[in-house]
Amino acid sequence: MDLSFSAEEEAFRGEVQAFLKEKLRPELAAKIKLGGAPTKAEMEEWHALLNERGWLANHWPKEYGGAGWTPVKKFIFELECELASSPRIVPFGVSMLAPVLIKYGSDAQKKHWLPRILDGSDWWCQGYSEPGAGSDLAALKTSAVREGDHYIVNGQKAWTTMGHYADMIFCLVRTSKEGKRQQGISFLLIDMKIPGIDVRPVITIEGGHEVNEVFFTDVKVPVENLVGEENVGWTYAKYLLTYERTNIAGIGGSIALLGHLKEAAKKRKKCGKPLLDDPYFAARVARVEIALENMKTTNLRVLADVAAGAAPGAESSLLKIKGTVIYQELTSLMRRAMGAYAAPYFPEAADEGFNGQVGPDEALHAAEDYFNHRKLSIFGGSNEIQRNIVSKMMLGL
Amino acid sequence: MDFKLNEDRRMLDETLTRFLADKYEIIKRNEVAYSEMGHDTKIWQEIAELGIIGALFTEAEGGFSGEGFDIALVFEALGKALCPEPFLGALLAGKALVAGGVEHAAMLEEIVTGAKIGAVAFEEEASHYELAYVSTKASKTADGYELDGIKSVVTHAQNADVIIVSARLSGEVDDEAGLALFAVPAGIDGLSIQDYNNVDGGRAGEVILSNVKLSANALIAEGDAAFALLETLAGYAHLALSAEGLGIMEVMKLQTLEYLKLRNQFGVAIGKFQALQHRMVDLVLEIEQARSAVINAATLSDDPVIRGKNLSAAKLTIAETGLKVAEEAIQLHGGIGMTWEMPVSHYAKRLVMIDHQFGDEDHHLARYIELSKLA
Repeated sequence: MDLSFSAEEEAFRGEVQAFLKEKLRPELAAKIKLGGAPTKAEMEEWHALLNERGWLANHWPKEYGGAGWTPVKKFIFELECELASSPRIVPFGVSMLAPVLIKYGSDAQKKHWLPRILDGSDWWCQGYSEPGAGSDLAALKTSAVREGDHYIVNGQKAWTTMGHYADMIFCLVRTSKEGKRQQGISFLLIDMKIPGIDVRPVITIEGGHEVNEVFFTDVKVPVENLVGEENVGWTYAKYLLTYERTNIAGIGGSIALLGHLKEAAKKRKKCGKPLLDDPYFAARVARVEIALENMKTTNLRVLADVAAGAAPGAESSLLKIKGTVIYQELTSLMRRAMGAYAAPYFPEAADEGFNGQVGPDEALHAAEDYFNHRKLSIFGGSNEIQRNIVSKMMLGL
Repeated sequence: MDFKLNEDRRMLDETLTRFLADKYEIIKRNEVAYSEMGHDTKIWQEIAELGIIGALFTEAEGGFSGEGFDIALVFEALGKALCPEPFLGALLAGKALVAGGVEHAAMLEEIVTGAKIGAVAFEEEASHYELAYVSTKASKTADGYELDGIKSVVTHAQNADVIIVSARLSGEVDDEAGLALFAVPAGIDGLSIQDYNNVDGGRAGEVILSNVKLSANALIAEGDAAFALLETLAGYAHLALSAEGLGIMEVMKLQTLEYLKLRNQFGVAIGKFQALQHRMVDLVLEIEQARSAVINAATLSDDPVIRGKNLSAAKLTIAETGLKVAEEAIQLHGGIGMTWEMPVSHYAKRLVMIDHQFGDEDHHLARYIELSKLA
């Protein structure tokens, strides 16, 4: 048993820290530390900086322009980025689509799309869920009918995160109604500029615009945009979801947020004394800190298994469930720490020249962050679906 | 033993519930709650004409009932509609003015009729719900008082005609002794308000008092009476907010239940899944517990320890249950529960944010334990 990182991994950590110190703009980090959402331009700026260093596609094999990092290196990188409050890597192209293309795409597809993900030519979004196909993803109805060299796509996708920024969408579409529902699904790459696509905003509980509905009316998609084989898309989709779920544990984010919470609760006063010294509040912080420390080791145990050659399976579901619950609890405590000052609401805070804030700095987004992050236990396969996976795959129930 | 509403209360409940259902369907409610005003003057006048505010006060106070059960009933109905009107301010400012005596009778009358709007300003940046922590300074002048300080997140501050302010005449910043309460009229020199919407709707503001000169008759209470009155007023807030939370939970229960029956996945209504059934049952069970907590609190016992314990028990129960109901209702709805368009999201926000007014769960647990030592 050895819980420490190797000398090489520690040296790598130093490299990452030096990079962040040199490249991450302090104003951007300050905004993100307080829960501000980065703009599209700020996300692109961060991607470009990482790509310049060769760290954007850090888990891709080197032959495709990746860094070929081990899961442990990736863990260290993400933790350091979170601690420094950098923007996060937008996962749709780099972390979700690319692994599918690398494993199942044609040579032409790899050659065309992968470099464009790296240099930011294409901003991707994900077309999986539909109004009638949420947890039951295989119920999806958006259809693609082959006509000559094209598929004609009709239907509707839901919860399309950052769809309003996207140039491209990778979609699960129904190409057959024969046999099992899972067997009639295909994986299609669709240019958002093709006529017949309509992106409509969905405003979420806290008032933000992250997700969209995307409507397809007779959208003509060239057949070369089919990934792999027709009607085998479900296999690729499941492969992609394993990737999505390994990232979603978000340990780095939780460790960083715990630090911010303690800092904020030290500054906040209850009856004139630091809130962090209040035994009731301190007990809450201690409990989540303990859960997080346990979780960190759980996560590293899974990474060690993966490094030893095991494929991440239902373990990623365990990571997702516990990881999201911990992050949500941290946002809940930050909201709680702000007391009455959690209530004031400034949706205009992102506007230039805004200076209307009241109360402690951390109060600006605390309640919004809490409400917004209820999504963590819903998206990427709800925590209920993750439990189904664990009970079926791990426990044989 | 009888847990039924008497005839008068049943009628009051029906009148208010019907009025709110008619005037404040959710789209209208959101439009008003997130407007720069944070409430609707016309609707407020109409509610006042129905005599609802009078239900919060006794006959001696100018109302017509004013028991704990009346207060609970009104606020539960308000919660069911997510009503953003300044009822809490009317209740608390009104009860403060009652304590202020004859000098404040005229304003009290206008509060009870709804002609004027009241607000209370007890919270400060470093108080975190501790009523005794008051850094706002009051000094005696030749013909009255002068106030200096900042009060935090005062509900409907900008809309209020009178703001009841806690200030310190003497003593250390967290002493229970040395406090005073004042009725500060809107628009007085030296009073400024920085206002904003709340994340759960409605309007609030920072009340900035800078050399505010008050006449001697602005005083409502001082000496030992001031802290006792603060506690009494906070107690009314605990009851009102707990009842409001209960009303919100009752609606969220129905919304979630309906969704479980309506939403189909894997070929069946999701309410057919046992895992979800049991979670729904737990919510129903906890909401019944919360209703009992509100009933206990609404007795407003004459014994101050029992009364205080019941009020903190209710506020704690609503906080704990409210958080669970809000989070579970969203989770059971799935993504759709996360959207601005669905009413359940707005109910969830208000329910959670009740814990940020007049003491959160931890505050009331600590207070309950302290009061238990006195019994």
